[in-house]
Amino acid sequence: MTATLRNLEGNEACALGAIRAGCRFFAGYPITPSSEVAEVMARELPRVGGTFIQMEDEIASMGAVIGASMGGVKAMTATSGPGFSLKQENLGYACGAEIPCVIVNVMRGGPSTGMPTRPAQGDIMQARWGTHGDHAIIVLAPASVAEAYSETIRAVELSETLRVPVVVLLDEVIGHLTETVDLAAVPEAPEVWRSFATGPREGFQPYAVTDDLIPPMPRPGDGYRAHCTGLTHAPGGFPTQVPEVATAAVTRTTDKLVHHRERIESWQVQDAEDSDLLIVAIGISARAARQAVRDLRAEGLKIGLFRPVTLWPFPEEALRETVARSGAKAVLVPEMNQGQLVLEVERVLAGRAPALRLNRIDGQPITPDDIADRAREALK
Amino acid sequence: MKDTADATAFDVNDWIRQDQMPHFLCPGCGHGIALRALVWALHEQGIDKDKLAVVSGIGCSGRLSAYIDANTFHTTHGRPLTFATGLKLARPDLTVVVITGDGDCLAIGGNHLIHAARRNLDITCVMLNNEIYGMTGGQVSPTTSGGRYTSTTPMGNSEPTFDACALATAAGAGFVGREVTMQVLALRDLLKQALAHPGFSFVEVLSDCTEIYGRKNDLGASPEMMLAKKSEMRPFAYRNTVDVPFRPNHLRTGVIARNDRPEYGAAYRTMAAGLHGEKGDA
Repeated sequence: MTATLRNLEGNEACALGAIRAGCRFFAGYPITPSSEVAEVMARELPRVGGTFIQMEDEIASMGAVIGASMGGVKAMTATSGPGFSLKQENLGYACGAEIPCVIVNVMRGGPSTGMPTRPAQGDIMQARWGTHGDHAIIVLAPASVAEAYSETIRAVELSETLRVPVVVLLDEVIGHLTETVDLAAVPEAPEVWRSFATGPREGFQPYAVTDDLIPPMPRPGDGYRAHCTGLTHAPGGFPTQVPEVATAAVTRTTDKLVHHRERIESWQVQDAEDSDLLIVAIGISARAARQAVRDLRAEGLKIGLFRPVTLWPFPEEALRETVARSGAKAVLVPEMNQGQLVLEVERVLAGRAPALRLNRIDGQPITPDDIADRAREALK
Repeated sequence: MKDTADATAFDVNDWIRQDQMPHFLCPGCGHGIALRALVWALHEQGIDKDKLAVVSGIGCSGRLSAYIDANTFHTTHGRPLTFATGLKLARPDLTVVVITGDGDCLAIGGNHLIHAARRNLDITCVMLNNEIYGMTGGQVSPTTSGGRYTSTTPMGNSEPTFDACALATAAGAGFVGREVTMQVLALRDLLKQALAHPGFSFVEVLSDCTEIYGRKNDLGASPEMMLAKKSEMRPFAYRNTVDVPFRPNHLRTGVIARNDRPEYGAAYRTMAAGLHGEKGDA
């Protein structure tokens, strides 16, 4: 019997989750603190008939991942802030041409080379808005090693079924944290694939508007001989500058995430019934918040936690509803940056409750005590 | 090599997406000749269109992929070799051809060219060199000849030029060749050899940009520009007498280098075959 309990690092769990979900191509470039993802992929992919390649730079690895996915193979890359910036142009291509792919971004201190070995959460906005133009993208934010495993599986599945790039956004703490993971906690299920084009070759339109807004993808060799371009394209796949066709083309790629929102959104709440103060946090900051909530509840303070697991698109209805249900008079957003997540929280709450901030940019994780102190002050 | 098709007769219309005609190239542009030579070579090599992937970058050359009746991918500026690398590794059963330009391949994409050549993955890279950024309005490129006027060299170009073939050769490309658009049949035959080579093949096509580069430098119409290019050719037999990294006054054409280094994809798969099925951590 195969042992399903494993001691894994977050980065390792991402790699193993991707392979479990059927990822068979990885292209990467060394960068701290994500390199372990590439190292595990280099070791494991050849054992399952997959391909690993270390490319000449971050841009090339993103290009190779998109190229492999165009060929009909599930593909992933991993990086950290500066490398994530370099990947953004090709990431935009994947958004525009709707090529499934997964990008693991392990956040470190920035800007620039910053503090490469220290944790941060400074890419919350880069993950959403890093590439240019109007685009749809999904960002998942695991807060444990088990979740790094299960959310990477979900990333591959969402990317495939929705034809959209998915970012798995870890912070350095989660990436390098070792925890015991039960691999069997993710139930066995049939492998999830994109819908490949079938049917007549004649008159085939690679970007036809379907009911679910996700056009089946032509696979080279299947006889469709389609064109794929980063230029704004008509349903036939070729460039267009006809105003209404261009509008419809871009709008469909963003609408599809709205259409499938229920499948995409994921969040967790802890002690959110009857809270005077609701904490909103992701990643390791949410782990600290979880402990702070326990400590403060033990003191008799009414405090709860809302944790977006899907960071983008932000589970906005769920947050508004949680705030309303709990009766929270304010929310507190602890994050390892100067305030990014709080901007979205403020937008979503639109004055329903003030959003208080707690920020660290010193390369140290936010501690439960940091949060508890700030919460006590707020509840005074 | 024979000048006529041996198997079935070549008809360019069989390879061109008729619904994408007329093409957008300027009158006199050499890229159309290169495109014809390429699909002619593909035809004579018996390449199956369903198994053909053409990957292009950005620029005038980048738009050519849309005209070929195959699986075509118009990617990002300078990066078609990276997309092609992923595609070929994921799908070794496909014939992968890259169409790129001098700016795409040697400036923004220069890093990818040297590593693709070093890696020696089985991709045929066709670089159309018209010495200019035509699509963006005529800016200087890494191959713009000395003294030439462009929109960003109003005093004349004072930068030395890249010899793309010397670069690809030095980086280890399995097959390297150069031809001018004036010699269509020689170009076709060079491309056939490139397609047949199991490894990274690099072919530089000396094309002409009549409308922008020619006009700006008073080089005459397309026939004059093509004749001038032809006169700059250096006989193939003298190929080893000029060996400097920067372009000499006379260019060498034909097959410039070839080697039988292992093809990367096959080498990876051979090594992986020993591990396949072995119990790992995944």
